[in-house]
Amino acid sequence: MRRTRIIPLLYIAPALLMLSLFVYYPLVRNLVNGFYEWNPFTLDRSFVSIENYTRLFKDPVFYTVLKNNLFYAVISVVLQVGLGLVIAAILEDKLFRRFSTFFRTSFFIPVLISMTVIGILFSFIYNPEVGLLNSFLRAIGLGEWAEGWLGNPKTAIFAVIFVSQWQSIGYAVMLFVLAVQKVPGELYEAATIDGAGKLRTFFSITVPQVKEMTFVLLIYTVTGSFLVFSEVYVLTSGGPANSSQVFSTYLYQKAFIDSEPGFASSIANVILGITLIFYFVQNKVLKTGEE
Amino acid sequence: MKPVESEVESPEVKLTQIRLKSKLRRPGTPVVVGLIFVFLLLYFIAIAYPLFWMVINSFKNTADIFNDSWGLPKEWLFSNYATAWQQGVSSYFINSVIITVGTCLLTVLISALCAFGLTRFQIKGGKFLLLFVSAGLMFSPQSSLIPLYELIQQMGIFDTHWALILTFTAYRIPLTVLLIRSFFLSIPKELEESAYLDGATTLDVFGRIFLPMSKPILFTGVILTAYYAWNEFLFSLIFIQTEAVKPITSGLLVFKDALNTNWGVLMAGLVISALPLIVVFMLMQKYFVRGLADGSVKG
Repeated sequence: MRRTRIIPLLYIAPALLMLSLFVYYPLVRNLVNGFYEWNPFTLDRSFVSIENYTRLFKDPVFYTVLKNNLFYAVISVVLQVGLGLVIAAILEDKLFRRFSTFFRTSFFIPVLISMTVIGILFSFIYNPEVGLLNSFLRAIGLGEWAEGWLGNPKTAIFAVIFVSQWQSIGYAVMLFVLAVQKVPGELYEAATIDGAGKLRTFFSITVPQVKEMTFVLLIYTVTGSFLVFSEVYVLTSGGPANSSQVFSTYLYQKAFIDSEPGFASSIANVILGITLIFYFVQNKVLKTGEE
Repeated sequence: MKPVESEVESPEVKLTQIRLKSKLRRPGTPVVVGLIFVFLLLYFIAIAYPLFWMVINSFKNTADIFNDSWGLPKEWLFSNYATAWQQGVSSYFINSVIITVGTCLLTVLISALCAFGLTRFQIKGGKFLLLFVSAGLMFSPQSSLIPLYELIQQMGIFDTHWALILTFTAYRIPLTVLLIRSFFLSIPKELEESAYLDGATTLDVFGRIFLPMSKPILFTGVILTAYYAWNEFLFSLIFIQTEAVKPITSGLLVFKDALNTNWGVLMAGLVISALPLIVVFMLMQKYFVRGLADGSVKG
């Protein structure tokens, strides 16, 4: 251990500088901006106190956004964390293990493709006339189910959520497979000897043993659901008529299209509040888990 | 369901099989196994078919895609790829490479320096500094977006590669520092003590001992950062307006609007954009997966 004062700080300085300039300064600045409204072109800036927030909480779109993000979170948790764990457990079961690598690698491929590519691909799949989805429905005789999936305010958000699941379930499967592989084999042998069935083994051994990974993925998925931007932007831009708007696209719309940066700042601060709550819950639970 | 039967017959499981006779002989079991296998296959098709469709249609002309989107191309138009490349994808591709390489180098260098400083010296307020760095993980880019946009314009880097390289780096530093730090903590002190006795400077110790020893973790850092930088969309969309500077993620949207009706070429553009990470993944799957696992737990 060297005891010089300046040299150690020089090693840390670049990181501190980058974080202060591009992470912390804008964050603090945005907290202040939430109390102002200004014109991005003339820079007339006026203090409006909490008006941005009162307006936001009266804004019907805000509640659509909240509802859409909640749908996003619930569906993602069920399919990515829930189904993801089930698929991982199946793939690691000795009956399926020989196919495990093949399946989990193929399920993982969409994770590697950027959302712009996937979004554009699915805008073809959802195309009302020639899209794969509707032609498939017609081919199996369910023609009356065919829809303008992205153009219908009732289905748009679910069509977008489906694309996210299509991309991300493989990520959860991959991480759960790694977690299941770490479970000591004796536990499974003991369960078999005790005559426990597959379902029983899954619930009393696999689930508790991969608890930590489940929790990590749970927080990751829920936080991700409240921050989602790309798929919504590429597929619907929040439309039709704001029906598929989520926090990030609404923020983008207000800041960069409607030129109301002060109001948009208040949305950004609500996003900050929500993500911080998730992180505090995570910290609390992880700490109690360790004791 | 051949494989299933052979598995049941295999000798290793015979012992447990005897114990579990009643369970295994339960009439529903082969049906359940069959159903699960069908489910896995259907899920595989749901993932693979859209991608296969994208590749097949990238060789067709627009009329064929419209009239026969399920079939194979009547005439394989490899020229779609050349057209896509020339009409913009090459420029997005090169921009993405520059931005990704720049971000990886800067992120890993700055993070390694920081991890060295945090683990190898007793600094006043060291705990606070560690907290300052790792707390960066909690803040999403969304919450800082508008001030960041203004800052980037004031710095004069709006519409340049730097706008993305610097912001990406800043947001990747916390995770990368934590990854490298936990590896540095495992390096024994004796190594550097003897180097210092031989008159080495801290920079020698960092560059000649720590960096070479940490290659695997630095590599993990590079892979995670590359994955992020190649696919990032929000900053790419907002901080770069000029088409010639855009990376693939935001550039493809311009490309889509410009082509509008030429779907085959658009599909070719999509395939070109998707390939690099898939190839990298296939080549170094092990590192990639381990990196994601480390990253997820740290995050």
